[in-house]
Amino acid sequence: MTWLVFTVLSGIIVGGGLGVVTTRNVVHAALFLLVSLMGVAGFYVLLLSEFLAVVQIFIYVGAIVIVLLFGIMLTRSSEYPRIADNEQWPVAVIMSLGFFTLLGLALFTYPNVSDGRNDVAMAILGKSLFTDWALPFEIASILLLIALVGAVVLAREDRKSQ
Amino acid sequence: MITLVHFQIVSAALFSIGLYGVMARRSAILILMSIELMLNAVNINLVAVASFLDPDRFAGIIIAIFVITVAAAEIGLALAIVLRMFRNRATINVDHMDLMKW
Repeated sequence: MTWLVFTVLSGIIVGGGLGVVTTRNVVHAALFLLVSLMGVAGFYVLLLSEFLAVVQIFIYVGAIVIVLLFGIMLTRSSEYPRIADNEQWPVAVIMSLGFFTLLGLALFTYPNVSDGRNDVAMAILGKSLFTDWALPFEIASILLLIALVGAVVLAREDRKSQ
Repeated sequence: MITLVHFQIVSAALFSIGLYGVMARRSAILILMSIELMLNAVNINLVAVASFLDPDRFAGIIIAIFVITVAAAEIGLALAIVLRMFRNRATINVDHMDLMKW
């Protein structure tokens, strides 16, 4: 049963990823990305970290893909859906296949001993996030604030040029 | 029995797909989507290692949460830059973004 779920989720993740990089339509690419991210959320459930699965669905599906769709609409790139891949795509295929082979060789040459998945209690996770990881947590909040202000400054209309 | 290697192989495949997308795509938004794929591959790897090998400290899961946070900040800023590029040059084809190319 777990094997079946794992195989289906792997197919969803890899198939969605291939759809993102092969489709010619930008909106279709965003929807393929959505499918792939949902598969990753399923992987998190399979790895017994349900909190991360919820976070994945909230932030990626609820925010990032929506923002990407806004970007597609605002740059009118859906009106020119056929921006072809550039002429170096055969090199890119060879490079990424070689990279995948290298990673696979490394993974199978040095296999990790593992005796099953561990459950993570959400209360311990939250306590650790606010004690051991409090400084990175605060830095992340400052980073989000800076990114927000920077995005507003970058994207607003230029008043002087009007 | 699913072991760590199976999750890592899927993660490596997803990362390679994202790598191909970054190298071969022309639209800036499609390149951003490929970067998201690569970040997700890294997250799968982190969570799998934390879940299989790290019984009580689960640092990998917390780092994955930070990766998701940084991805959210990154996508907002990057789309602001893409919008600004579109307003200035009327295209998001990255092959035309050669203003600073020597």
